[in-house]
Order: sequence, then C-alpha cells, then structure tokens
Amino acid sequence: MTILKVCDLKVGELRPVSFSVDNEVVCLTGPSGAGKSLLLRAMADLIVHQGEAYLGDKKCSKINPVVWRQWVGLLPAESAWWMDKVGDHFKHKSDDYLTALNLPTESLGWEVSRCSTGEKQRFAIVRLLEQQPKVLLLDEPTASLDADSVKQVEAVIQNYSSEFNVPVIWVSHDKQQIKRLARREFKILNNEIKEVTV
Amino acid sequence: MNVISLSPFDLSLAALLVLVLAAMSLILKLGLSHRILIAAIRTVVQLLLIGLVLKTLFAQVSLLWVSVLSIFMLLIAGREVMARQQRRFGGVWGYGLGTLSMFVSSFALTIYALIVIVGTDPWYTPQYAIPLLGMMLGNTMTGVSLALDKLTTTAWQQRSVIEARLILGQDWRTAVGDITRDSVRIGMIPMINAMAAAGIVSLPGMMTGQILSGTDPIEAVKYQILIMFLITAGTGFSAMLATWIGARRLFDERQRLRLERLS
Repeated sequence: MTILKVCDLKVGELRPVSFSVDNEVVCLTGPSGAGKSLLLRAMADLIVHQGEAYLGDKKCSKINPVVWRQWVGLLPAESAWWMDKVGDHFKHKSDDYLTALNLPTESLGWEVSRCSTGEKQRFAIVRLLEQQPKVLLLDEPTASLDADSVKQVEAVIQNYSSEFNVPVIWVSHDKQQIKRLARREFKILNNEIKEVTV
Repeated sequence: MNVISLSPFDLSLAALLVLVLAAMSLILKLGLSHRILIAAIRTVVQLLLIGLVLKTLFAQVSLLWVSVLSIFMLLIAGREVMARQQRRFGGVWGYGLGTLSMFVSSFALTIYALIVIVGTDPWYTPQYAIPLLGMMLGNTMTGVSLALDKLTTTAWQQRSVIEARLILGQDWRTAVGDITRDSVRIGMIPMINAMAAAGIVSLPGMMTGQILSGTDPIEAVKYQILIMFLITAGTGFSAMLATWIGARRLFDERQRLRLERLS
C-alpha cells in the first residue's frame, strides 16, 4: 500500500486540503505564489502545518521525521549542493539513472561549481531516486531543461513510478507536459485547490 | 620589592596623552574625539569603582558577596555576547543561550582551579576568585559570541543546503554538521593563537602585572600558564556547548529548520 493521502492539510494562506493519490502522476498547477511549493514542503513535513498526511496506513506525525522524508522524496525547484564533487552527494553510484538522463558515469567526479543549472537539476533527480522514495513530490523538475532532457526526465519518472508503484505529484506550468503525464490535475486558485480532469 | 605607587599627578600626565590624541582627532576630522574622551572617562570611573568594590570585597571574604559580584559579571558578559550577534535567537534564548554556556564552563572551571589546583583557603578567597573568573569570562565571552554568530549567520545563508540535506533524509545533526564544526572552530581559534603567540609576540597582561608588582618572573609565568590553560579549556567547552544548544534550537521536534526563531 503506497497510496498518498492528505487530510485537511493547512499551510500558509491555503484552505485546508484533502486528496489522495494512487500509483500515478498527478499534476499540481497554479500561478506563482499560489502555494504549490508550500504544499509540497508541508507534505514532506519540512515546514509547520496543520492536518495530516498518510502513506498507506502510516501517519506522518507518528513516524520519525527522518524516515518520513526518506519516504516522501521532495525535489525542490532549485537543487542545493554542499560538497565540491558531484559524486560526494551520492550514497550509491547508480549508473542506470545517470545513463537514462544522458549523464556520463565519470560525471560523478565533476565539480559542482562547473555544472550548468540543467546538469545540476538532472543530478538532483538521480540523487533523489537513489534514495528509493515511496512518493515523489517534484517542484517544476523540468523548468531548467532543454526539450530532449525534458523527455528523458519524464520517461525516467514515469518508469520509476510504474516500476515501484509510486504516487507522483508534479508541479508544472506546461500544458503539453501536463497532457503527456497526467490524467488528474490539482489546480490552486484563490487559495483553493480544485481537481480537474486533463 | 614593592610596586611604586602612582600619584594622581602621574596619571594626569598619561591622561594628557589621550587629550592630545583627541585634539589630533578633532584637527584631522576623524570624528572620534568625543568617543575617545567618553571612553577615557568611562575607564577612569569604571576602574575606580571596581577598585573600591574589590577593596571592600577583599576585606570581607564573604561567599555571598563574591557570588553577587560573579553573577553580576556573568550577566554583563551575557549581554555583551548577545549584542555582538547579528542574528540572535528570539526571546529568552537570545540572552540565555550564551549566558548559560558561559556560566557552566567558566564557573565550573574557576571553582575547579580554586579548589583543586591553587587550593586557596577558603576556596572563594576573592583576591583569587574574582580575577580568575574575570579572565575566564572575558575570554569565553569572545569564544561564545564568535561561535554563535558563525552558527546563526551561516545557517541563515545556507538555508537551502540545510533543507536539501533534511529532504534527503539526513537528521538535523548531520544536516548542520559542517556548520557546527566551523562554528566551534571559529570560537576556539583566538585562544589557540594566543597560546601559540604567548611570550613571543605578546607578554600577557596578567603576567606583566604580577611582574610589575614585584613577583618573581617564574612564579608569574606559572600563573600565566595556568590561566592560559583554563581559559583555553573554558572557551572551548563553552563554544561547544553554546553551538550544540544553538544548533538544536534551530530545529523543532519534527527536525524542521526553524529560522524564524532567529531575529
């Protein structure tokens, strides 16, 4: 059971939110500043919020926060790096994801400061998937990528989701992308979240 | 040999130098003359006052009065630590964190030195207790304020890194590990430098004072070594304690980074 369920989650200006996501990709949309990132950060229990999130029958507030965050894999809009070499941020060296995102194996030896924004973003995705999260919360994962990389990322995430039965919430502004990825869309407008069918 | 007593006239000759300096600052438009004079007057008044206080205290040898003066010194040092921080913790923590860490390490080490090492009788003999504590506090103050300032400003700047590490499933200790290590290091470096330079670059003030008052230089040196060791240990321990409590305070019970606790 890896269904993600959110009950009366309240954060920032948003009205309390309830929804559940099965093993599928759901897109989260809304104008900038609407609270999309806040919502994702609250679901990862990274900021103070009211209400509850469940993963299967596991309740967020009853689970060790460190474990919860390993389960609920959040990809922030901007990746952060704290060591010199890219590879120092990785626990396992998984070539599969690197190859799938068109990054050479030796790229783990690259210096972070020399990587482009797009490269860092793809490394961040590999770094996240390596943790084997049970849920993916992706905050505009392809905003800084070129068209080819966008397709690669979409494929990698979709494969990961279907292979491990992982619910995915994907923040996107791109209508075409939403159509490609999801059947359900959560729209935030005027502090309220509404579900629409794509 | 006894110390040569200084007359008010002797001191006014030294004061003349400060007046000349203030006058030059006025001519050069440094805008400091006012502050030089005020600071000089403060030195005279504050030191004369503490001189009177110490004179009374030494005559009494009362644990109560030694404690009162010690606590007073601690509170002033705590205020100083707070004032030196760019981003401090809000509420009682802003004042309490530094003060508590200084209290634990300075008081414990001073009492240890008095009872176990020097063996004064009674242990709170003010002539030993007050100067020892004063030197401890003066130095731990620097260490604690440097360490805390480093901790809070770095955490503020590296918010996204700390959160990225939390997101990847690191616990709070690991997520701020680099920052806490840097903070403790910054707090301890001045004392390590002082130990390394002692006697070559600088003649420490206490030793100089003792030598001026006629103590055998070797005796003075032994006391100086004792003081340096005490101060180094005290500074290090209090910097560690303050950093550790401070780092913990940056996170809540769900290990979320709570930078709004800094003001």
